[in-house]
Amino acid sequence: MTLVEISNLCLWSAVAVYALAFIAFTFDLARRSAEVTAAIDAAEREHVEQAAAAHERVGALANASGGSVAPISTSDGVVRKSRRPADEPEQQASRKSPSLRVGVSLTVIAFMLHLVADVTRGIAAGRVPWANMYEFAMTGTLLIVAVFLVVITRVDLRFLGSFVIGLVTVLLGLATANFYVEVVPLPPALQSAWLVIHVFVASLGTAFFAIGFALSVVQLLQGRRERRLGLVQPAQSSGPLRFLLTLPNAERLENLAYRVNIIGFIFWTFTLMAGAIWAERAWGRYWGWDTKEVWTFIIWVIFAGYIHARATRGWRGSRAATLAIIGFSAVMFNFVVVNVFFKGLHAYSGL
Amino acid sequence: MSRPSDHIDSVAPAPADGVNQPKLGFVGWLRFFWRQLTSMRTALFLLLLLAIAAVPGSLVPQRSSDPNGVTQYFTDNPDLAPILDKVQAFDVYSSAWFSAIYLLLFISLIGCVIPRTKHHWQALRSRPPRTPARLSRLSAFERRSDDSGATPTELIDDATKQLKRQGYRVERYDADGSASVSAERGFLRETGNLVFHSALVGILVTVGFGGGFGFSGQRVLVEGQTFVNTLLDYDSFNPGRFFNESELAPYKLTLDEFGVTYETENLDAYGQAIDYRAKVTATSPGGKPQDATIKVNDPLRFEGTDVYLLGNGYAPTITVRDPEGKVVFSDSIPFLPQDAQLTSLGIVKIPDGLAEQLGMIGFFYPTQAASKPPFFSSYPDLAYPVLTLNVYSGDLGINAGAPKSVYALDVDDMKQLTGGDTGVESIELSPGQITDLPNGLGTVSFDNVAANPSTENYAGSVKRFASFDVHHDPTQLWVLAFAILALSGLITSLFVARRRVWVKAVAGADGTVSLEYAGLARGEDPGLEAAVEAIAEAHSPTPVPSEPEGRIAP
Ligand code: HEM
Repeated sequence: MTLVEISNLCLWSAVAVYALAFIAFTFDLARRSAEVTAAIDAAEREHVEQAAAAHERVGALANASGGSVAPISTSDGVVRKSRRPADEPEQQASRKSPSLRVGVSLTVIAFMLHLVADVTRGIAAGRVPWANMYEFAMTGTLLIVAVFLVVITRVDLRFLGSFVIGLVTVLLGLATANFYVEVVPLPPALQSAWLVIHVFVASLGTAFFAIGFALSVVQLLQGRRERRLGLVQPAQSSGPLRFLLTLPNAERLENLAYRVNIIGFIFWTFTLMAGAIWAERAWGRYWGWDTKEVWTFIIWVIFAGYIHARATRGWRGSRAATLAIIGFSAVMFNFVVVNVFFKGLHAYSGL
Repeated sequence: MSRPSDHIDSVAPAPADGVNQPKLGFVGWLRFFWRQLTSMRTALFLLLLLAIAAVPGSLVPQRSSDPNGVTQYFTDNPDLAPILDKVQAFDVYSSAWFSAIYLLLFISLIGCVIPRTKHHWQALRSRPPRTPARLSRLSAFERRSDDSGATPTELIDDATKQLKRQGYRVERYDADGSASVSAERGFLRETGNLVFHSALVGILVTVGFGGGFGFSGQRVLVEGQTFVNTLLDYDSFNPGRFFNESELAPYKLTLDEFGVTYETENLDAYGQAIDYRAKVTATSPGGKPQDATIKVNDPLRFEGTDVYLLGNGYAPTITVRDPEGKVVFSDSIPFLPQDAQLTSLGIVKIPDGLAEQLGMIGFFYPTQAASKPPFFSSYPDLAYPVLTLNVYSGDLGINAGAPKSVYALDVDDMKQLTGGDTGVESIELSPGQITDLPNGLGTVSFDNVAANPSTENYAGSVKRFASFDVHHDPTQLWVLAFAILALSGLITSLFVARRRVWVKAVAGADGTVSLEYAGLARGEDPGLEAAVEAIAEAHSPTPVPSEPEGRIAP
């Protein structure tokens, strides 16, 4: 087997394992919905103080989304108060879930395969594996998963698994099926250290934006649920999105999304600058409103808008989240549509 | 921010107040308008508007980056194009409406940054605010108790030292029976934010003025040709508004050789160019010649200008003789590449020396692949080079004085003599061949310029050309400096946490001291609670009341 064949085989296997991981993560969400229903049913069967009981049972779950602000007395005489829900009960809920653990394990396995595919592709080509669309997609999605795996060691965002891994499965599958090209040497225009830096950082920025996007989507759903039902009436919760009840509340999701997005924004700012420096070396001008430059700029401005929205009364919350979602959609548009269909100097899709 | 900057209000000098009072209707309106313009909401609105306004420029070709695309667009959409042109859709990024948006945005930005800078300057010199009466109301709060026998003042002395070590600015607020320290950190956050926004203004201003002082010029050089850095010697030249011709240092640049390496091992990329090298000799005015190589991604920085390699192709050498055999034309003509295999198109114009003015439209195939028309090239290097020429006679239209592109032939007033429907086969030549022109006008030859011409190996038989861009932009480094400043400001402002922390000790009746630790975030601060917890932990590691040696005195 040649290196390229190994790479292709690993990549297809990675797609398959990602798909399994996606199923496991989705299973976890379904389980959460089922738990919510069970808690409600159990409460309803009790005749005495029905409402209160329902409240209590579901409360444990809802606590995760509610985020208590009451002072919590601990046995050692320390009084501690914080906006964080005590010990983050949503983590307790998810720690118990076997499907979550399966999902993460499968993701790690798929990631390893994916990494091998990426590295062997790079070795086969004798250069960094991000010089055409197929390779951008391969490395970009690898980074999305890498960022996801790193982030979940710090904050338990495993519930995002079905969103993030779902996205990765689709992107990687589509790219492998549609954008595949054989290994070819770099054209002179791409022979530059800036290819290594600029494209890598752009992909890294994209990876952070992708996680932020997933968080913002959940935040919007959660926000809608909170507005519709109010936090105190989880018993009315129904429909396929019942699992939302077991996830962090909209405000916490927003804060998480913001933290992830500003990291993405810094990488994107760097990408913009590095791109300008490279453009100066390659084309003799650092900025020329080439289509790709235009879209990189548009994305940057949208996320600057997002950051401002967070600091503007009346915009924090759902509106800011919408901007983050639009921003990530623009990133995807820039990657797929602009690369494939628009004319410009950045004709490096390899298609 | 739940607490306004109370401290600053009390210390702030009054001079601005007089100006700030609304006076008359007009001034009042101005003030109202200004406040609207410099509000966060307006900034957000203008940012989003800017993003939207930038979109059309990617959908419609732009004169600045794709002039041929614009011409083509006019041909393809004769009805729509003039309307789009009226709204400056082909010059989006210099259009009145795009400029209006970003200028308003930057006015808003300046109007926003100036008062904040003033405010921040005062904040930097003010002292941390008085300890709030009820710390337990703050978002991060811990209560502990100490029965080591230390007094509240001693305990707070320790806390003050500890906070100082962590980079907090501290202020003591002691009262009867209680002591407290108020601490503040993270001023760099606001500093970074202001640096970031100011640097954006710096970028805009330098870009705005920078273009004015520079120039860019284009020049095509065939191997062996020399170009002198003067206005006359450029093929095209775009000076900035403030550009002065005397700034051009008249250096010389000779293209000695243009080298290309083609991929020959990887069959998926067979014939793909993997290296271009323009070997040049550069000579400063009055200086010694020096050799250099210009590559894509590797410009030559010389005499204050940057010389970039942007394009290349073949320049067949064509000689035309009159019926007596006297040379009336001999030149290497750059042919523009039409595809990846370098099928190239070129124009030859012979205004003088023959019975009629002649024009020729030529195609050059470095490796001709078909034995009869339509020809095409199957490989970009010189394996089997063929030149075909369609000859036209008549008025070239160059006597009228209007400038004519050397890459186009206007055949409206000319008669086609070979090729097409004429019934006469078009001229087809390999390097070194010569043939008669129609109507006994003379001869034309395609010269083999190789050192040792041969018909077995055509390597080097046709010259190559390279097209260079010469740029000078004195503000480029300034833009870079501002950009770096902006990035550093951005990182600082997004990751430095700004917070206030208080530690308060109150003596209880039983001799124990009750300790309160509280923190308040000013802006985004995900680590606040952990920080307050850590401060409490470091200050009184064993908070359980029952243990007498609860506190280790430092
Ligand atoms: C060219 C236009 C602008 C861009 C690209 C831009 C971009 C940004 C970015 C990236 C941030 C976050 C990083 C930081 O805090 O330094 C930010 C924050 C901020 N900007 Fe702007 N800005 C612009 C114009 C303005 C204007 C006109 C105002 C005033 C109305 C403004 C007020 C602020 C404020 C108050 C913050 C802090 C937000 C917070 O507390 O999180 N900006 N801006």
